[in-house]
Amino acid sequence: MTLTQKKGSLILGSSGLILLLSTLFFTPQNNSLLLSSSMLLMISGSLIYFKEIYGSSLAGIKNDGVWFNALTSKGIWGWLLGMALTGFYVAIYWFPELLGFHADGESTGLVRVFDPISYLLNGNPATQWFLYGTMYTLAILLFGVKFIWKYRHNRYQIIRTLSVMFFQLCFAFLIPEILGKLNPETPYFAKDLKNMWPLNYYFLDQWHLKNMLNGGNLGLFFLGFGLALMFIISPILTYFYGKRWYCSWVCGCGALAETAGDPFRQLSSKKMSVWKFERWMIHAVLVFISITTIAVIWSFLSSNSEMSWFTREQFVGGIVVFILLTVGVLFFWKKEGLSKDAKYSIISLGVILVAVLSIQAFSGEKNILFINSYKLQKWYGFGIGAAFSGVLGVGFYPILGSRVWCRFGCPMAAILGLQQRLLSRFRITTNGGQCISCGNCSTYCEMGIDVRAYAQRGENIVRSSCVGCGICSAVCPRGVLKLENDSLENRINSENYPLGNTL
Amino acid sequence: MSKNNPKKSIVIIGNGISGITAARHIRKASSHEITIISDETPYFFSRTALMYVYMGHMRFEHTQPYEDHFWVKNKINLVHKRVTGIDPYKRILELEEGSTLGYDQLVIATGSKPNRFGWPGQDLKAVQGLYHKQDLDQLEVWSDSIQAATIVGGGLIGIELAEMLHSRGKKVHFLVRESSFWNKILPPEESEMINKHIRAHGIGLQLETELKAIESDENGRAKGVFTSKEEFIESQWVGLSVGVSPNIDFLKESELAIGRGIKVNAFLETNLPNIYAIGDCAEQTEPIPGRRPIEAVWYTGRMMGETLAKTLTGEKTKYAPGPWFNSAKFFDIEYQTYGTVSASPNPKTEAHLFWIHPNKEQSIRLSFNPSNGELLGAISMGIRLRHLVFEEWLKKKTQMDTVIDCFKQANFDPEFYPTYEKELSKAWDLLKSKNNLLTK
Repeated sequence: MTLTQKKGSLILGSSGLILLLSTLFFTPQNNSLLLSSSMLLMISGSLIYFKEIYGSSLAGIKNDGVWFNALTSKGIWGWLLGMALTGFYVAIYWFPELLGFHADGESTGLVRVFDPISYLLNGNPATQWFLYGTMYTLAILLFGVKFIWKYRHNRYQIIRTLSVMFFQLCFAFLIPEILGKLNPETPYFAKDLKNMWPLNYYFLDQWHLKNMLNGGNLGLFFLGFGLALMFIISPILTYFYGKRWYCSWVCGCGALAETAGDPFRQLSSKKMSVWKFERWMIHAVLVFISITTIAVIWSFLSSNSEMSWFTREQFVGGIVVFILLTVGVLFFWKKEGLSKDAKYSIISLGVILVAVLSIQAFSGEKNILFINSYKLQKWYGFGIGAAFSGVLGVGFYPILGSRVWCRFGCPMAAILGLQQRLLSRFRITTNGGQCISCGNCSTYCEMGIDVRAYAQRGENIVRSSCVGCGICSAVCPRGVLKLENDSLENRINSENYPLGNTL
Repeated sequence: MSKNNPKKSIVIIGNGISGITAARHIRKASSHEITIISDETPYFFSRTALMYVYMGHMRFEHTQPYEDHFWVKNKINLVHKRVTGIDPYKRILELEEGSTLGYDQLVIATGSKPNRFGWPGQDLKAVQGLYHKQDLDQLEVWSDSIQAATIVGGGLIGIELAEMLHSRGKKVHFLVRESSFWNKILPPEESEMINKHIRAHGIGLQLETELKAIESDENGRAKGVFTSKEEFIESQWVGLSVGVSPNIDFLKESELAIGRGIKVNAFLETNLPNIYAIGDCAEQTEPIPGRRPIEAVWYTGRMMGETLAKTLTGEKTKYAPGPWFNSAKFFDIEYQTYGTVSASPNPKTEAHLFWIHPNKEQSIRLSFNPSNGELLGAISMGIRLRHLVFEEWLKKKTQMDTVIDCFKQANFDPEFYPTYEKELSKAWDLLKSKNNLLTK
């Protein structure tokens, strides 16, 4: 019965997409008509399709055939989709004219089709970024519905998915656009409240700081809230709930990975060698963004001393003291709880930052390490902000899994991860001796954590990279894994034997 | 530590959970030479996960808990060959193709093999059990040409096979001899819940039905089965899942004491010096009270491996597993059990508190001693319980009143799941007032 309906719904949905993409080649007369009809086709096609695949079967784990499907097991369809997504990202970042955006004139084609919504929300014609934001939000909402249908027996998954859908729709999409419309005179600054530094890597840039400072009460509120988020709200929430409060409940990148990226979560590599690479990579990105940001603020303070109540030397001195204190406190207070590699990473991070800053403070140069801080910033924007998070991060979903960016590149995840490993009540508890080493948990971990390696030894899982999506617990056939917030004592129980035996 | 003990050569036959656990723990505590021989697969994999490979949830490599370099790094030699005989006097193993391998200490951990009860047609093509990796490969060979499958035997492997074949769109007939699924282990209500669930998935569950004979087509392949109800069921594949027995045929000629399995004492020693047996293939000569002499379960295999590793690294240790526990998943319903819960208890020694969700597939059953109110065990369906808490309650012979009051501690369901402590507590109060149960 369902095969024809399944095919029909796929045809319906793709005809909407094709209709929309046809505007890559012409500019339609009636944008509203084209946009609404293509949206209607895409949405109704998708919803009927999701109903066909999940609605008719009993609630439960739906991974049948995942590794037989050419889309979800790196087959031909996976590669084709990967190439299409990558192409789209390359166009957005570097060739927006292909999509119809023209910096020095009216837009055409695909970008122009989005004018009606853009005028409605922010009062301006659409840009390629508006097109992107709209499609991104639509993807999270549609695939969020699919995910909820798929995991309808699991309340944690339902609530978590509703949360990412809400934050994307309201905080990332609607509120910034509407605030833009209500404050047409103020200079541009990021208005996504949850998008904190360093995920938003330009938050502390000279131009951005200036625009916020010149942005009236709204600008000052965003500056204040952004700083509070970084230094107060985030550490508190991470302490109580782990980094999941952000990565799999709030974050926009996480939202796309958890919804549209869900069919590809099993493609992340679980090899030990990749884990080693991950640790190097994530810390390198963190050091890079920290140095860049410090350099940019240094330059800002050098040339705009009148806008600040502290000097650039005081700023650098403050950072050095902050880092030394953090490393020192962690070391003497939490020494036993730290694994070897956690110690190494803290020491190396601390040493690098202190060294760089000391050189800076003593050299008195305007450029950190004699490199122009704005160039450094530009490279970061190109290399990490665009190439990594967009092209590789999303474009390669069907090849490398849905969390490539979050795992290897996101500096935000690195900071939250450090705290999660060292100072948080969050862990995944292993249920005594019930593990049968089947490997479902490891296979479906989007972050590439070999969950089974811990579970089969009766150990809790306390890993900096864990985003707390809860899928390991959901797919476990023996009820072994539970995401929990509990006391810090015995959180890391690496010497634990599996229970059940009296030895 | 025994690191200073003279270095011995320990050979383990079988790379399942028992043998591998023994090897890992021997390595942790010593620098003995360790060799593991298996003719099944080059590397350890999780047998319990074979079903997920067939269903497309995982690839076979995902069932291997350790990367290939693990064995080299930990100096555990893996030999992919078949053992054909043992010379206990020369301490030599005979391998296929005539080669030999010496040992100082030998561990036999060869697991089980599927039972066959002499049915006409049981050796036809496309008739098989599911235990070894080879069985999975065989099933994959037949799979495309199966429209309908018949599975014989209502145990854990039988229901797994039903789920597997069903996931590939095959019509599944499921013949169960008993009057209700797995009712020697599951009490009537739980068993009935599973009957309904199996049928809700579209499986043709036939209770009180046995296999009479398997009919062959012109190529010697199964084409259908005759049942005890005089019915012919067309099926291009027949799964036999009527239990397992120790996989010890290659030892029949040896001087090892053998019953159903290899006879071992509480130290897992066989009758011959320096030879031990663990896991499914071992038969306890003096079983732990209330437990069976052969327990073919993942967990007991692992525990025997841990225990024997202690003995082999200098600390002679008795096999003393804690309170019984087990788990399974019947299609979408998870099952856990701790301690003793009989399917049909003797009312003088075992009483039950049973709560079942009015419309979901969830239940909790607690068994207790009616004369003193001590907890004896638990079965849960669709609800996760915390092993640590139950182990402690059972070891300490905790009073039911305490168990009910603290039941929240035993909850292991994911966050935000509805809880059921209140309902359980009400059911307990009701049961107490009905039966005039006195607690201390």
